[in-house]
Parts: sequence; C-alpha cells; structure tokens
Amino acid sequence: MSELVFDHVTVRYGHHTAVDDVSLTVPSGQVVGLVGESGSGKSTLAATAVGLVPVTSGRVLADGKVQMVFQDPYSSLDPRMSIGGSISEAVPRGIDRRAEVARLLELVNLDPARAKALPLKLSGGQRQRVALARALAARPEVIVADEITSALDVSVQGAVLNLVRDLQRQLGLSMLFISHNLAVVRYVSDRIAVMKNGAIVEEGPAERVLADPRHPYTRELLAAAPKRHTRLEVS
Amino acid sequence: MRPVLRSPVGAASAVLLCLLVALAVFAPILWGDRAAAIDTDALQQGPSSAHLLGTDQLGRDIFYRVLVATRLTLGLALLATVIGVTGGLLLGSAPSVLPRWAARIVTSAVNIAVAFPGLLLALFFAVIFGTGTVGAVLAIAFAITPSFARLTQTLTASVSGRDFVKAARVCGVGRFRLLVRHVLPNIAEPLVINATMAAGTALMAVAGLSFLGIGVQAPSYDWGRLLGEGLNRIYLSPAPALGPAIAVVVAGLAFNLFGEAAASLAGRRQQQRQEPVTHESVVDTSAGGLLTVRNLHVTFPGGVRAVRGVSFTVQDGEMVGVVGESGSGKSLTALAVSRLVEHPGVVSADRLEFNGTPLARTSDRELGTGLAMVFQDPMTSFNPALRIGRQVAEVSEVHQGLSRRAAFAKAVDRLRAVRIPEADRRARQYPHEFSGGMRQRAMIAMGLMGEPRLVIADEPTTALDVTVQREVLRLLARIRAERSAAVLLISHDITVVAQTCDRVLVMYAGRIVEELPTSELFTSARHPYTTALLAAVPDLDTDRDAPLAVIPGRPPEPGEIARGCPFAPRCPVAEQKCRLEEPSLVSVDEGHQVACWKLDAELVEAAVGGAR
Repeated sequence: MSELVFDHVTVRYGHHTAVDDVSLTVPSGQVVGLVGESGSGKSTLAATAVGLVPVTSGRVLADGKVQMVFQDPYSSLDPRMSIGGSISEAVPRGIDRRAEVARLLELVNLDPARAKALPLKLSGGQRQRVALARALAARPEVIVADEITSALDVSVQGAVLNLVRDLQRQLGLSMLFISHNLAVVRYVSDRIAVMKNGAIVEEGPAERVLADPRHPYTRELLAAAPKRHTRLEVS
Repeated sequence: MRPVLRSPVGAASAVLLCLLVALAVFAPILWGDRAAAIDTDALQQGPSSAHLLGTDQLGRDIFYRVLVATRLTLGLALLATVIGVTGGLLLGSAPSVLPRWAARIVTSAVNIAVAFPGLLLALFFAVIFGTGTVGAVLAIAFAITPSFARLTQTLTASVSGRDFVKAARVCGVGRFRLLVRHVLPNIAEPLVINATMAAGTALMAVAGLSFLGIGVQAPSYDWGRLLGEGLNRIYLSPAPALGPAIAVVVAGLAFNLFGEAAASLAGRRQQQRQEPVTHESVVDTSAGGLLTVRNLHVTFPGGVRAVRGVSFTVQDGEMVGVVGESGSGKSLTALAVSRLVEHPGVVSADRLEFNGTPLARTSDRELGTGLAMVFQDPMTSFNPALRIGRQVAEVSEVHQGLSRRAAFAKAVDRLRAVRIPEADRRARQYPHEFSGGMRQRAMIAMGLMGEPRLVIADEPTTALDVTVQREVLRLLARIRAERSAAVLLISHDITVVAQTCDRVLVMYAGRIVEELPTSELFTSARHPYTTALLAAVPDLDTDRDAPLAVIPGRPPEPGEIARGCPFAPRCPVAEQKCRLEEPSLVSVDEGHQVACWKLDAELVEAAVGGAR
C-alpha cells in the first residue's frame, strides 16, 4: 500500500512556469482523476512522478514503485521489438520472464501466444493493453495514466477503461488518472483534481466536485462537457 | 533489400557492386601474373588488340593492372569507411550514454570537426600520418567520422524523444541497453544508407590521394596511382589514363546510386500499381440539394476501398453530422466533397454536385468562396511564417480581386465576426501567438471571406479543450443561423454531433449504415453499431458502478473489408446472412434509413404477422 505525494512541486522551463507550487496526494489504493485543458501542466506534473522531468523545487514522494502509461500507444511501443520483448524488459530480475509475460498478457485480456508479435500487428486498443501490461510488469504500487484513451477509437475506449478499473481494484493500485475528458475521469476516479495554468484550482471527492463545484473554472468545465440530451444553445 | 533491387537504378547499381566485389576477389588470382609481367619489347604502347589499354613504361598491360587494382582500391575504401563509420557511430551515440558533462564535450568536439571540409581534414591527416597506405586510410576514415557522428547524434536525439524510449526508461532499462536495444535498431536504416554513400566517397578520396602521390606507393598500385601514371602521357595516348578514370567513376557511382535507391525507397516506400476499379451505378431519381453526393467511392492502390458508395444530400442552411471511427471513411468523404483527396487516392461518383453543378466543373473561384473548409489541427493549417491577417485575406485577393489593403481590412472584419478580441492587432500576429481555439476561429474567419453556402468542418474541435470546443461549435451554429450557410460537421464524437446537428449520418467501414434525425438518435436508432456506439461513450450521467458497455473487436481497416456486413464480426445479433451479404441502406421511416439485415427480417416478420 502506498501513496504518491506531490509536495509543493514547481517546474520551470526558462521563464515559463509549467507547474506552479502543486501539492496533491494520491491516497493508497485510490484513483485521483486530474482534469484540465491542454497546456495546463497535467502531463508535466505526471512526468515528474516518474522522473522524466526534473522538478525545479518541491518534492515528489512515493513509497513504492511508480510506473507510467503513455497517451499514444502507437509511439509508446518500440516498433522493432516484439510486444513480449517490451514487456519482459520491465520484469524485475529473478522472475521467470517468459511465464511472467504470459501471465501479464492474460491479465490484460490478450492471447499469450501473441508475445512474439510486433506492435504493427496490433490495433490501438490492443497496443494500449500491452503498454498497461508493461507498466504492471515492474510490480508497481502506483500507476500514472496520462491520457491513455484519447488516442483510441470510442468503440475501443470502453474496453480499456473497464480493464483499468478492474486491474486497479484487483491489484489495489494507487493511480493518477489524467484526461481532458471529464466524463472519462468521472467514470474511473474516486477523487478529482482540476488544474489550470499550472496550478490545482480544486480537489475533492469525485461526487462532491461534480455535484457541487466550487471554483468557477470547474463549473465552466462541467457546463461545457457535452451532454447527450441537451442541445447547444446559441448565444 | 529486395524492393531496392526492383527499382532500375537499384538493380543496376547492385549488379555493378557485385561485379566489383567479384573482380576484387578473383582478378588478382586470375590475372595477377599478367598484370605484373614486364615486357621490354612493348614499352609505353598505345591500345592494341594485345593490350586493350596499352602498356606502361615497363611494358606491363594496363587493362589487367586496372582489373587487379580493384582489390586494393576497394579494400582501402571499405576499410576507411568501416573505421570512419564505427568511429562516427561511437562518437555520435556516446552522448546518450555518458554523464552530461562528458556528453557536452563530445558533442562540441563533433560540432567543431564537422565545420572542417572533409577533404581538408583528409589532407591534414595525410600529412600527419605521412604518405602511404596507412596514412591515406586513416586520413579518409577521420574525415568521414565527424559527419557520421553528427548524423548518429541527430537521429539518436529524434528517437530518444519518443515515448517508447521514455517508457523503457521509466521501466528502469539502463542507458547502454536503451541505446543498443531501442535506439540503434530504429535508426539503422538511414545509417546503413549513409554508410553506403560514404563508401563511394571514400573510394574517390583514396583514388584522389594516390593520384596526388600521398596514397598508395610503388610497387603497390591502385586506380588512383594508375591514373596518375597514365596522365603523364595523356596527350600521346589517352587510354592508359581513361581506363582507371572510368573504373573510379563507375565504382563511385555504383556505391552512391545504390545508397540513393535505398534512401528514396526508405523515404516513400514503394507505390503499388493502381488497379482500375469499377462500381455499379445506382439508378438515381432523387432530387438533389445544395450538396448532392450519390454513390461516392474513394479508392487507394492495392484495392483499398476507403469510401464505398456513399450517398447523401445537404440542403441549404442545414447542419448535418457525420459520425464514425478512424478508418470509417468520414474524413475522406469530406475531402472528396472539397476536391482535396490527394494522389494516389481516386474519387468517383455518379453525382457529386455543389449548388447544382458537378464539382469537377465547379471553378476554383466558386469553390474558394462558396465552400469553406475547417480542418482538425489548427496548429498545422496555418503557415507559421506568415501573419494571420495576410493568410485570412489571401482568399479575397485571389478569388475576389480585392487589393491587398482592402482584403486585409475585410480579414480584420471577419476576425471580429468570429469574436477574436482586438482583431486589428491580432491580425498582425503570427500563428504561434494564437491559442488553439483562436486559430480554429481564424480558420473559420478565412472561410467567411467569401459568402460560403457550405462549411465543411472535419473534426474541428478534436484538438481543443471542452470549453473552447463549445465556443467553436457555437460559432458554427451562429454562422449557419446568421448567414443561412449549411454545415457538414464530421466528428468521432457522437455527443458533439447530437448537440448541434439536425441530421446524423453514421459511417462504418466506408459506408453509411444509418441516417436519422438527431432528435431520434437516442430513442429510435436501429443499427446495432449506432446503438452500441451510443452505449459505449461515457458521459456525465453514466452509471459509475457498472462496467461500460463495450463493442468487442475493432473497426476493420479499409484494406481488410471482406464479404458480408463489415460490422458482423462485432455484432451481437449477427446471423449467417450477415456474414455472406452486405445489406444496403433502406428507408424505415421518414428521414430514417438503416443498412441492416436483422432489421429487414424483423420488418418482413412484422409484415407477415400483420397479413395473418
């Protein structure tokens, strides 16, 4: 069981402040959904959790391994390496790699016999499941999922979201789930954090944030989210 | 490798290379003695039947000497290339493995070395290493190294930035393994091609140094030295100089052309031959509208049928949505309507008319002012080097003959119309100074420069955030209300279409599978794909405790559409007939058409039941 804690994290690129003094906790075994517009600093914050981006000031604390799943399954798998090879790289030493790869592929509902296939032979949804299996191979306690369904077709997105939710519950993972799609975040998250211009403007239990948004920007986001039964009013 | 041999240049250069290698291996064995045989009766002779290229000052046959010299020339060139390329590879990939300070030193050293011309470096090293074979080879190798190191560095950097390398890093893969397993395999292709070309250059350089007298020394001989010897008496007899000269040129060309052929192939992959596709015409008696599309097909080489017989009509002032996933053909339908399908795509249709005239005959001017197009990615649809105002104004300069100033004034007015604040100042800014939403609005302003009767918006909000998305959709709706322009909105998001359009066309695998009024979308959609799609998309009312509805499998790629209904493999109610025959679109209600067998069967059943 472990938490992921961002403690007054700031990331600056030259004069541009991408992440501005963010403090956020992903409680053990829970999913925190992070929403915000593009350029709000969501992905930069995620990258600090796995050390891909150095923090300018503040600390990122995790009492356990952190793994990340990337947005685009078409670029996050090495096109020249079999999917089994990509997964097996992340398997810790001292574990039978072949058996572990088979177990992981089965876990994400893929046929273990396809371990030798190259990513080219897989659809977007299948690739994203491979990416998930690779992240799980390192036996992480915390997963950072950065827009993992936004490159997928809608008919495939549902299956990936269901899988993420099942695995998170089954393995008791803590998860930071980033998306610009409020409906998707709402579906998977226990808590929701809203980010704008590098800062967290609102954070709380998902139900509360959705039912009783306190920050004007959260209200705006909720109002703008497409709803199926309401026509867009033309002002 | 095999496709390289299929292109004429590739095949010819490959044959030449094989010939050279064969010569290098066998010529000294077969003709070594003849090339070394001294004949004091035939000193410095011109070409004759006994000596094809004449003889040298010791009476040795120059033709055989050229053949025998292939081994040394080629060997030295390849040796220099191998040393140079290996050095370049090590220096170029070192920065990604070394600690940061060391990497910086290596990078700067390579940058400085690249600034020196290669030949100058070669001459410089030749002086240092002294005249002779070793000196020449090392000199040329060191001359190749910097540019190759730079190439490796650039390629490595571009691959290192990609997600799969980041993912491997997060998984704890070490730097060295990262380089060997992930980076090098992905940059091998351009490196091999460049190494081949470098070999050609090295061959020329070896010959050049020998020719200058600082390469191969007597009694050894290569093409360069033979050329030098022959050149002394070129006015008396040109053949002894021309022989080795031709050998150098042919060998150099063989290497370079082979590299070129491989490079051009890697750049564009081979184009397949276009097969003519014929489509059955559909008898059409229907009335058209502002945009009339009947039996539209878009095909690509290799029998890829991306759009397969799409028919629809857009009336004046109507807002029609086209929904589909990637590969459904929705964007190609939009591109075909705006005449933007690029080679090698082929568009054919029974009727493809805009405002009553076939699109093929519509003038650029009418299309440029009467039809506006908004693309998905506002980042790439503007030229980054020109000011926004200029680009928006261009339409009026080209199609309406306005002066530059008048067109710019109109552009500012239209930017104001799409609610860009301080339009006057903003018009003088460059695209990078605009946010994504503002760029998309500027794109729409560009479409408003004419008097558009139809706006085609292809995923106009996909790259935007929800708050900005709403503004852009509102803007489209407002344009339609104020200017009575029709809008064709293409989207993968059924909720976006449901919010804004009057009518929805649902596309799957290149066909329209259902067409119905938006007001009936959530109540009377009939096609299993439409209903599954509606259930699969989560919204703010989705039950959080139940699993999301899923559609098993994935949409077919345009190239893999087989017999039967393309949705059958994923359809919960598919039966034998669905796998054998593709259903066509039939009318089930006012303004409601569906392409599904099950539905037809139910209709028949209902009809039979009613007759009883």
